[in-house]
Parts: sequence; structure tokens; C-alpha cells
Amino acid sequence: MTVKIEAKDLSKVYPSRNGPMCALRDFSLRVEEGEFVCIVGPSGCGKSTFLRILGGLLAPSSGEIKLFPRNEKAPLQNIVFQEYAIFPWKTVLDNVAFGLEMRGVPRKERRETAHDWIRKVGLAKFADAYPHQLSGGMKQRVSIARAFANDPEILLMDEPLGALDAQTRAILQGELVRLWEASRKTVVYITHSIEESVLLGDRIVLMTAHPGTYKTEYAVPFTRPRSFELTSAPEFARLSYAIWQELEVEVKRTMEKQS
Amino acid sequence: MNRSCWHIDSNTRDRLLSIGFPLLLLALWETAVRLQWLDGRFFPAPTAVAVALWELTVKGELLGKLWLLPGLIAAGDLSGARKVFAEGHLWVSLFRIFSGFFVGAVPGIILGVVMGMNRTIRVALDPVVSAVYVLPKIAILPLVMLVFGIGEVSKIVIVAIASFFLVLINTTVGVRDIEPIFLEAGKNYGANHRQMFRHIIIPAALPIIFSGLRLSLGTSLIVIIAAEFVAANYGLGYLIWFSWQTLLTENMFAGLVVIMILGALFTSGLQALERRLMPWQREELPTLVSADGADMGGTGAKA
Repeated sequence: MTVKIEAKDLSKVYPSRNGPMCALRDFSLRVEEGEFVCIVGPSGCGKSTFLRILGGLLAPSSGEIKLFPRNEKAPLQNIVFQEYAIFPWKTVLDNVAFGLEMRGVPRKERRETAHDWIRKVGLAKFADAYPHQLSGGMKQRVSIARAFANDPEILLMDEPLGALDAQTRAILQGELVRLWEASRKTVVYITHSIEESVLLGDRIVLMTAHPGTYKTEYAVPFTRPRSFELTSAPEFARLSYAIWQELEVEVKRTMEKQS
Repeated sequence: MNRSCWHIDSNTRDRLLSIGFPLLLLALWETAVRLQWLDGRFFPAPTAVAVALWELTVKGELLGKLWLLPGLIAAGDLSGARKVFAEGHLWVSLFRIFSGFFVGAVPGIILGVVMGMNRTIRVALDPVVSAVYVLPKIAILPLVMLVFGIGEVSKIVIVAIASFFLVLINTTVGVRDIEPIFLEAGKNYGANHRQMFRHIIIPAALPIIFSGLRLSLGTSLIVIIAAEFVAANYGLGYLIWFSWQTLLTENMFAGLVVIMILGALFTSGLQALERRLMPWQREELPTLVSADGADMGGTGAKA
């Protein structure tokens, strides 16, 4: 196994009106190549901050972060953002081809790749539509296709399904499992849904309440390929509940702090 | 009674109302003047205004002596041809509005993008911009004339100043308020400065930039009319002012009608340009049905 991501004692401190605010504290994580790691934690635990540091959008206040590229030419990482970060002024096709266009891939080639991914996420009929013509689930499919089409070595997902209703979410979870199992990219997946993390992940890292840091982790034993059917298995429920018992403490602590 | 012959669909009804009611008002006005309920010297009847408008056109006051053009061009007298336009009130005002608008709006957009992107520059310039912005631009016309003289330049400059600040403020806000997630997405997918600008900053701010352009074109019209009231020998503002002074109220109203038409044309012209430049904002959308059937709610069209 080769190490793909290594984070050591990462901290992030923001200046705020009530003095410095610590969003992430001494967080360490190692991710193997081809591993699907889910990070679960109560809201405000700094998991999105960690992902933004991984994605190069934020610099850590202290600590070290290393991503190990295999191929210098391919993009190293791309983020699938929370909610709707696809560009309203671009068509579905141009959104999906965005990363390729930024990298200077010739027009014909990037359109072919984009069309291919649009088909894979089931939006073939909507290639020329603008995002405001799409439903929430379709928009998030575009966002996922944009990342996959750019073909990065690492996919960083920041609660990509968080804003969707439960039914759409279930469908997209199934699609995400299928897409990922076909590519086996290294994934760091942020979510607050335990079931989602058990269904998708190889390993689940739990974070503490604010300021967030590593609490514990679980290996997910289920074999692949997986499908949404897995959620009906008793072992699935047992693991989910075990994780919930750990997480509950942190969630309650978060709520106490807020009140 | 047969009800079906009274049934009109709501679109047709709206259209009939929106055309019919103004026509009714005009008819009332006309009648009131004819019956001498209204003093025709102060409120000339719509037909009298129409006649005045026609007279102004055929005498070459409004559009210049256009019938001289073919001869002048054939004779190669270009400065003579230019003079034809320079003597038409409408062309004179339009030239002042558009050259001033252009001279003001272009730097307004450029500086606005810079101020929107760069917090330091924004904080430094904001008090100055806000202070000058609240000043009614027509109030500095005397100052502008002091600097640029009483000729054409000062009229273009005053329109440019008015447009500049409106476009600047709107562009700054438009760029400053771009959702950070769009900038993050651009950065994460490797956009360089030029690509950020072209693919994210400009399209994201374009709707607000356009509302600045719309406001400033409207303001340009106001400013130029006011400037022409006091300091011009041609232009629609001069036409209105001169007609008032000589009690040619029909001509005064004719000038007002021309300005109304101009305002309407500006608005619809900008709207057409907006639809062309921002196809993603189009209102009339086909209703789309979700591909998976699981989330059919809330797709697409605003009904």
C-alpha cells in the first residue's frame, strides 16, 4: 500500500471578533492510495476546513500536509463542493468540461470527455441546459461529473449530497458507489450522515466537537461491489449504531456549547 | 346571452388593457381641450402635439435637414453632412449621451472590478466614491464648464461623470458579492488569473454590472437634458427650454414625447443586449423533468 495523503498535526486558527477561533486542532490523518475515507463529525467540527486545506484553498496555521502525486501531468485533486458550486452561467456541458478547459485540453477532446461523463451520470438529454433548469439532484450530478471528468488522482468531497432530499440522496449514493468502484480513486468524503459513510467508505474517521480533532476510526468490513441494498443488512445497522453512540457524545457537546 | 363570445384569454385581455387604457386617457385629454375644460395654450391637445412633432421633423429641427444629405455627400462635402446632424436636436443629444456614457462606463467597469477584487483598494477609495456619488451630478456642471469650457466637451464630461460613478458602484458590489464558492471552484480546478476573470468574475458579476449600466443610461438622459436647459444651443433639452421661453407649448410637449420614446428604446435595447449576453438568465424556460424521477419537484421553470 502506498500513502497518498499524509496530514500531521494540522491546526487552523481564524481571527474572529472574540479573539482567535480554533477551527481544527492537531488533526492527523493518513490515507492510502485507492482508499475511500469518510470523515464524520458534528457540525462545526472543522471537517470542511480540513477538506479546504487538502484542496489547497486554505493554508493550515500549523502542521504539515502532504499529497503524493503519481502522475505529474494529471491533476492531483479536485473538490466536489457542498451544495451548488456549479456555474449558473455555463451549460451542463461547459460545467463538466470546466477543469479540462482550464488545463488547456483541446475543445473537441474535452467535449467528448464531458459528454461521456454526462452520459454516465444520466444527464445526456440536458447537456445544453443551464443549471437553473435542473433540479437539485441533477445539479449535484453535474458537480460530481465535473470532478470525475477532470480525472484527478484524489477526489475531495465536501458533503456533496448534504443539501438533497432523502430520496434523491439515496439514488445518488447508489450512483456514487457505482462510479467510484469503476475508478477506485483515492477519496476523502466529508459527511454528517453515518449511514452514508458506512455505505460508501472503506474507513470512517470520527471527529470530536469543536475545535475538531481525531477521535476514533472504524474499518468498514463490507465487500464490494456495494449497492443501496446493503443498508438493509443487520450488520449495517449494527455498525451505524455503534458509530452513532460515539458521535452522540460529540453532538451533545456541540449543542451544549451553542446554548 | 352567449357567454363564449365574451371570453378572451387573459393574455389578449392584458394586451387590450395596456394599449386601450392609455388611448382612453389620450382621448379624454383631447376631448377636454376641445371642450375647453383644459387650456390648450398650456396643455395642447395630443393631435396638436402630433402636428408639432411632424412640423419639427419636416422643418429639419428635430433630425436636421436630412434631405440635404444626398447632395452634400455627392458633392463630397463631409463637413457639411456632419453639420446636418449637428443641427438636429435629437442627434445632438444622442451623441452627447452615448459618448459620455461610453467614456464613463468603460473605466467604471474596469475600476469596479479592481475595487471588487482588492479589499485594500476598495477600503481606500470607498469614502471618496461615496462622497462624490451622493452629489447630484448636475450640481457640478458649473465647475465642469469652468474646466472644459461651454462647448461640447463639458456636456460629454458631465454625462461621463454621472455614468462613471453609477457603473463603478454597481460593478464593485457585483464583483465583491460573488459567491466565494465559485471563486474556490475556479481556483481548485486550476484557473489562472486570466481564466478566473473570463470564466468566473465577469459572468458572475454581469447581472449587477448591467443594472448599473441601465441606471446610468437613464441618469445620462436626465443629466443631458438638464445641462441642455442651461448651456446649449442644440439638443432636446434646449428644444424644450426654448419652446417654453417662447410659449410654443406644442413643441415643448413634442420634445417630451421624443424623450419618452428615447427612454423606452434605451430600456428595451439594453434588455435585448442582456438576453443575448446572459442566456442563462432567460425567464421563459421549458419545464424539464428530472432524469431519475426521484426528484421531480421544483425543476426548472418559474411559472
